[in-house]
Amino acid sequence: MMEEDDFDPEVIKRFMFVNRKAPYGTVYALESLETVLISAAFDQDVSVVFLDDGVFQLKKGQDTTGINMKNFSPTFRALEGYDVEKLYVEKESLEARGLTENDLVVDVEILSTDELREIMAAQDVVISA
Amino acid sequence: MKFGILVNEGPFTHQASDSAYQFAKAAIAKGHEIFRVFFYHDGVNNANKLSEPQADDRNLVELWGKLAEENKVDLVVCVAAALRRGIKDDILAPGFRISGLGQLIEAGILSDRLVVFGD
Repeated sequence: MMEEDDFDPEVIKRFMFVNRKAPYGTVYALESLETVLISAAFDQDVSVVFLDDGVFQLKKGQDTTGINMKNFSPTFRALEGYDVEKLYVEKESLEARGLTENDLVVDVEILSTDELREIMAAQDVVISA
Repeated sequence: MKFGILVNEGPFTHQASDSAYQFAKAAIAKGHEIFRVFFYHDGVNNANKLSEPQADDRNLVELWGKLAEENKVDLVVCVAAALRRGIKDDILAPGFRISGLGQLIEAGILSDRLVVFGD
């Protein structure tokens, strides 16, 4: 496996990870978070988006004991330590689910669909699940 | 153009892997390069050589391997996703290799486009 040192440090691409699925029920959210953490080692311009049911991944107070799954929501609070600081949440998705910024485990930037569309269009790489 | 491809689904429940395969084949036919195909989530099941579809069905595991052999396409299976699903070296189909998620990020950096095929 190539290490980050093998890359030309001048090649910095805009990577956006798009989370559209609820945290439990399928494995997409958990495994996608692993991709975000790995990307941090490559010194790229990383952002993470939460929309549709993906906004539930950031919900405070998750208790997974009843479903025998690991509650991985605390990991989102560790992203800052990996220099992953651009976290975007779609306003419409939050509102449709009766949530506000105060319900989330991390500080995020709330964007409308139109604002998000512009940022998404400016990315070099968009990875969704 | 140099393409990276991400396959997020296995070869049977979803069409994603078929679509990715057809895309790769068409791109190569048009003279483009496939830098790497990365298999993640249930996509790692594309590398299971124990897979035995019925005789009148397409065999994607073999088709991927053939594509890799004929066109020197790098087929990479994520190690973490593979281990959870029992995909290990001894059942890895020809043409595939197991490596880390960094190979996906690298494909994003070094390809002109990264195309995601998922549900």
